[in-house]
Amino acid sequence: MFSKKTIEQIKLETRPNSASLNSFYNNPKYRGWIYQALLAIFLIGFFYTIVSNTLANMEAQGIKSGFSFLSTSAGFDVLMTLITFETTDSYLRIFAIGILNTILVSLVGILFSTILGFIFGIAYFSPNYLIKKIATTYVEVFRNIPVILQVIFWYTIFNTLPIARESINVGDSVFLNVTGLYLPKLVGEAGSGFVYIAIFLSMISMFFVKHWARKRQEKSGQQFPVLWVCLAILVGLPTLTLLISGIPFHFDYPELKGFNFSGGITVIPEFMSLAVALSIYTGAFIAEAVRAGIQSVPQGQTEAARSLGLKESKIMSLIVVPQSMRVITPMLNSEYQSLVKNTTVATAIGYPELFTVFAGSALNQVGQAVEIMFMTLVIYFALNMTISFVMNRFNKRTELTTR
Amino acid sequence: MKIKNISLGLALVASAYAMPSFAANTLENVKKSDVLSCGVSTGLAGFSQKDEKGQWSGLDVDVCRSVAAAVLGDASKVQFKPLTAKERFLALQSGEVDILSRNTTWTHTRDTSLGLNFAGVVYYDGAGFMVNKNLGVKSALELDGANACIQAGTSTELAISDFFRENKMNYKAITFDTSDQTRAGFESGRCDFLVSDQSQLYALRIGLQKPENSIVLPEVISKEPLGPVVRQNDDEWFNIVKWSLNASIEGEYQGVTSKNVDQLKAKGNPGQKRLLGSEGDLGQKLGLSDDWAYQIIKQVGNYAESFERNVGQESPLKIKRGLNAQWNKGGILYSPAMR
Repeated sequence: MFSKKTIEQIKLETRPNSASLNSFYNNPKYRGWIYQALLAIFLIGFFYTIVSNTLANMEAQGIKSGFSFLSTSAGFDVLMTLITFETTDSYLRIFAIGILNTILVSLVGILFSTILGFIFGIAYFSPNYLIKKIATTYVEVFRNIPVILQVIFWYTIFNTLPIARESINVGDSVFLNVTGLYLPKLVGEAGSGFVYIAIFLSMISMFFVKHWARKRQEKSGQQFPVLWVCLAILVGLPTLTLLISGIPFHFDYPELKGFNFSGGITVIPEFMSLAVALSIYTGAFIAEAVRAGIQSVPQGQTEAARSLGLKESKIMSLIVVPQSMRVITPMLNSEYQSLVKNTTVATAIGYPELFTVFAGSALNQVGQAVEIMFMTLVIYFALNMTISFVMNRFNKRTELTTR
Repeated sequence: MKIKNISLGLALVASAYAMPSFAANTLENVKKSDVLSCGVSTGLAGFSQKDEKGQWSGLDVDVCRSVAAAVLGDASKVQFKPLTAKERFLALQSGEVDILSRNTTWTHTRDTSLGLNFAGVVYYDGAGFMVNKNLGVKSALELDGANACIQAGTSTELAISDFFRENKMNYKAITFDTSDQTRAGFESGRCDFLVSDQSQLYALRIGLQKPENSIVLPEVISKEPLGPVVRQNDDEWFNIVKWSLNASIEGEYQGVTSKNVDQLKAKGNPGQKRLLGSEGDLGQKLGLSDDWAYQIIKQVGNYAESFERNVGQESPLKIKRGLNAQWNKGGILYSPAMR
């Protein structure tokens, strides 16, 4: 018996073995490696040349380089700091302050833009003509105006408030004037720890109640008023602890001393303008994402839910919104990232976030643009990667489960 | 065979990224393009501002015009690039402008770590305060706890911090990008006082809606010598800018004005003739034509003419000469010897 050989096989066997290097090159697997290695060498060479070229040019021009400036004293003041700061503190601390201020305004922006986005995105489907029109107008107006104009617009509004001595006074505890919003601050005394513990415990118990209620419903089909019970726990337990421990809190009220208010919490108008503008601007985009998500849920789902006898509000929260999340989440991801990047427009109004205070003031005093810009880039990159990571995890959970 | 190809490829890659030699010859570039690129402010009365016809004027602008007159023989061959305080040094370092003449304070750090050289002082200034009259403040020492409007990235940002620390007082710095924004912030009451170089305070004050409501406090808290800046390692260009400025100062000292310059060039005393190029070869030593200083004074005027026209008695600012008078008239303006 002889086996039939294909022409290809015969060719392969009769090929001379001597050119081993050649056959090595002709093997698609090895050849792939060669090109990968070439590309890697090319990229390393490329970046090495850029970096060494920049450094050499900077040295030729007599420009200082290196990161030693980070430990030197900054010598200028920053308007708003979440950690303590003296003008004698280092540039590294300025860097940290910038990052924290960026994160703060981003978080506030993300929270309120999400709330606004979901309210207006869902309002679009309202049977009420007026509400539907308000939602459409909101989206069309704020989506189409450049964000920097909106920031400056809100800043101008805050700038028309009365001066400190003629503040808008709400019950001698809340003051609003051109230099900011002044709120009373809750100060804990001895024993206040118990109240914090109570709040923490009530939050944990909420989780258990929810879990237990679901299990019970799965077994018996009986519903449990989770929302009301949770609210009762959340309000009741801390209140009870508060009363038992003898209310170990007092308010620190803002007071007009000299030029300005001192004490309490100060919210500067730069922060308010930026947070308001970013929330409203990004909220408009999120509203569109929510609308798209809801429209992606087939009409049949709603009809099926109705035929099961669910209430309209339940249909939204139990059937439509959960299914629309798989469309909304990826869009939310990019909107949040845009928001973080858009915080840099703060430079127009002087809110001391990273770009303004570090890549602005600090850069100008130090003059080391390459190092400072690099550090700033890395931070924005890291912030957005973090958002991406969190949102992707969330996305995994909302994805349509295919069986 | 293939190994050879790879190394050949690498060699190509390496040569493609070979470092270009750094062009340092600003004079040649300016002559070639027949226009001087000059970095100025985004608008500051008296120093560099644009009128309704788009013409730039001011003390800083005149420095650039002088250099253009000396190098290109025509004071109008200047292209002005408005820069914010934050952008200015980068624009000069990167070669976007040939000279930075933008009310920039000469400090040790800037001179030594930015790869730049200060070519002289065109205006001796000092940081001061402007407050609203209603506050009833008579001295800067009464400003404890107040909010300050400051332009970001200026040496004033550092000066005010030193002053408050020294006097054990607190303040809050509200920083703005441009001087217009700083003024708007002061006007809205966002801050209680505005801190800036004294010359700028007068310029900003006349731009207020009600200038009479604001006063400039007597304290001068820092030394702010303002001058033109050039890139380091180009001594030829550094000399040209330095001596163009000196020529206009020396012009005033020698009594040469744009009116009598033609007459003095022919019949002046030896010092005047040497300055104006009818004697000696001062221009050639700079790599310019010998009538370089003649062109400066003829087309731009001497320092006194420029000062009075832009910030002095002929301008709305009405700033007195003060420190900026000649050394023999109570000031500290002194040009090294023109010989």
